[in-house]
Amino acid sequence: MDKFKKLEGVAAPMPLINIDTDMIIPKQFLKTIKRTGLGKNLFDEMRYKDDGSEVEDFVLNKPAYRNAEILVAGDNFGCGSSREHAPWALLDFGIRCIISTSFADIFYNNCFKNGILPIKLPQEDVDKLMDDAERGANARLTVDLEAQEIRGPDGGVIKFDIDPFRKHCLMEGLDDVGLTLQKKSAIETFEAKRAEEQPWL
Amino acid sequence: MSARTTPRTMYDKIWDAHLVDEQEDGTCLLYIDRHLVHEVTSPQAFEGLRMTGRKVHAPGNTLAVADHNVPTAGRANGIDDPESKLQVDTLEKNAAEFGVEYLPMLDIRQGIVHIVGPEQGFTLPGTTIVCGDSHTSTHGAFGALAHGIGTSEVEHVLATQTLIQSKAKNMRVTVNGQLPPHVTAKDIILAIIGEIGTAGGTGYVIEFAGEAIRSLSMEGRMTVCNMTIEGGARAGLIAPDEKTYEYLKGRPRAPQGEMWERAVDYWRSLPSDEGAHFDKEVVLDAASLPPIVTWGTSPENVVSIEGAVPDPAKIADEAKRTAIERALKYMGLEPNTKMTDIKLDRVFIGSCTNGRIEDIREVAKIAKGRKVAAHVSAMVVPGSGLVKEQAEQEGLDKILIEAGFDWREPGCSMCLAMNADKLAPGERCASTSNRNFEGRQGRGGRTHLVSPEMAAAAAIAGHFVDVRKFS
Ligand code: SF4
Repeated sequence: MDKFKKLEGVAAPMPLINIDTDMIIPKQFLKTIKRTGLGKNLFDEMRYKDDGSEVEDFVLNKPAYRNAEILVAGDNFGCGSSREHAPWALLDFGIRCIISTSFADIFYNNCFKNGILPIKLPQEDVDKLMDDAERGANARLTVDLEAQEIRGPDGGVIKFDIDPFRKHCLMEGLDDVGLTLQKKSAIETFEAKRAEEQPWL
Repeated sequence: MSARTTPRTMYDKIWDAHLVDEQEDGTCLLYIDRHLVHEVTSPQAFEGLRMTGRKVHAPGNTLAVADHNVPTAGRANGIDDPESKLQVDTLEKNAAEFGVEYLPMLDIRQGIVHIVGPEQGFTLPGTTIVCGDSHTSTHGAFGALAHGIGTSEVEHVLATQTLIQSKAKNMRVTVNGQLPPHVTAKDIILAIIGEIGTAGGTGYVIEFAGEAIRSLSMEGRMTVCNMTIEGGARAGLIAPDEKTYEYLKGRPRAPQGEMWERAVDYWRSLPSDEGAHFDKEVVLDAASLPPIVTWGTSPENVVSIEGAVPDPAKIADEAKRTAIERALKYMGLEPNTKMTDIKLDRVFIGSCTNGRIEDIREVAKIAKGRKVAAHVSAMVVPGSGLVKEQAEQEGLDKILIEAGFDWREPGCSMCLAMNADKLAPGERCASTSNRNFEGRQGRGGRTHLVSPEMAAAAAIAGHFVDVRKFS
């Protein structure tokens, strides 16, 4: 997993609330057995017309946002299915950071496993960043994970909170499975106790 | 008070009993008792194990079944779509390679993973259950802590039988009183989501309690817990009771004999203690609930069957108004249209929300001696091979076929339209499934979520009807 330290990039505004994982990556693209290659189908049904041509006024099709690396989105981003294809598609497109007032639980978790930073902020901060994002390619944001702050194009600074363990894993690009396997003996001790107390399992 | 005497919720108890390790910052390692695996969210996880040379830690606690991609007709001929076929074949191969039990497509036990788990007695009270699928919350109906995970977490559970988690908060939703006739578990959960919103449960595990919940069958309880995720909660829980034990007794993977007695003793200790603390409480009165229909593209867009499509002009909040306008445009609906005036093209009865035997019985009761409206195409997809067999033994398939319903093979089918069953653009469907998102049942398809009885009545009338007045 790529490390996430500091990101400077264009932020695309998606003020729609309740953007669900079916919108992020519709199910016809879930038939893959790989993690990569989903970027071209990110937001497929909003992004392309039935004949496959682009919907011009969809934000990521506008010239200013084609290389966006940050999304500023409406409430409850990522609700719906557990498909990790959603963060895979975002990542494959080039999005490394999503900012919203709230995220659905599973999606939020899935982001961290893929080196994407989801940032939860109060409404007024999201509104401010949404305004910045509306200004297109001129409005580059800097997301500094180490300092836990977002710096706007006008020099404004917004602080954000993040769980320290998740921050550590993102900054170091750590593989969870490897970390957990270091606790193998604790797992085995637990299993021995479980076998005694709940032998039916 | 010591930790021992502090009253605990059921969630607290199951959590405490599965804690392997806790870091100072509250990050916990939770032991996972049961892992269900399906073909869509697992290939990359097995691939990850292969690439790192890791094994499945507890193959005996893992059960694999294909459900999302399987065809629901003519399945003896295999799967036509090459990508779907590859995904199903890959699951079968991975299961064999890693020593995990796999229920093949032609096995009578095959079905939707959340229907198979309880049927096999793989789902047990007091356990932790995960699956790379958000509707894993279904299993909470048994008093199991069950939730969906992403593919990286599937890999983590396969390799370690644990999950990195931080504890959620406790919410209790109490549904008092008794449901009126023809108002069902589906209406309860739709009403709850309408009440709390799709993000209302974010950060919580919800325990459902109250007389109306206790009165539900296990099937009904599964319907309620199934859609907990639609309210944003991590999991839903219902305390196990005699109904739970009766449902599980004798199931293939449930404990037997003396072990059964020991297990039940333990399970009786699971319900929340008197005085346990809930961070949030919601109370609903079952007696006042009507049959519910969704009008929009989010499960929180609910309205009584006696109601009408909302009018965005009356909504002050801009983000909400825009969302409603967008939903109505997508749904092809005019503001203030009465729900009973909405005509349908398709009806889908099935899914892990409402694809169990009880659901099919209710549908058959309504369909008996009647005909599906000429302009409607209606399908019934049992949730598993065993549900299908049971329904056929009871002669329900004949009643349904006679009424003009299409009787199918088990699977997810048009709940998410990954197989050949899907809506055409603009088609309008009454569906017993759990999601009405844009494109969920097929690109441009329009989904209204309802109970099985409401779906059956709508199929016959050709438009939504109040099933309480339907004769
Ligand atoms: S029936 Fe629908 S909701 Fe349930 S597991 Fe299948 S696709 Fe998911």
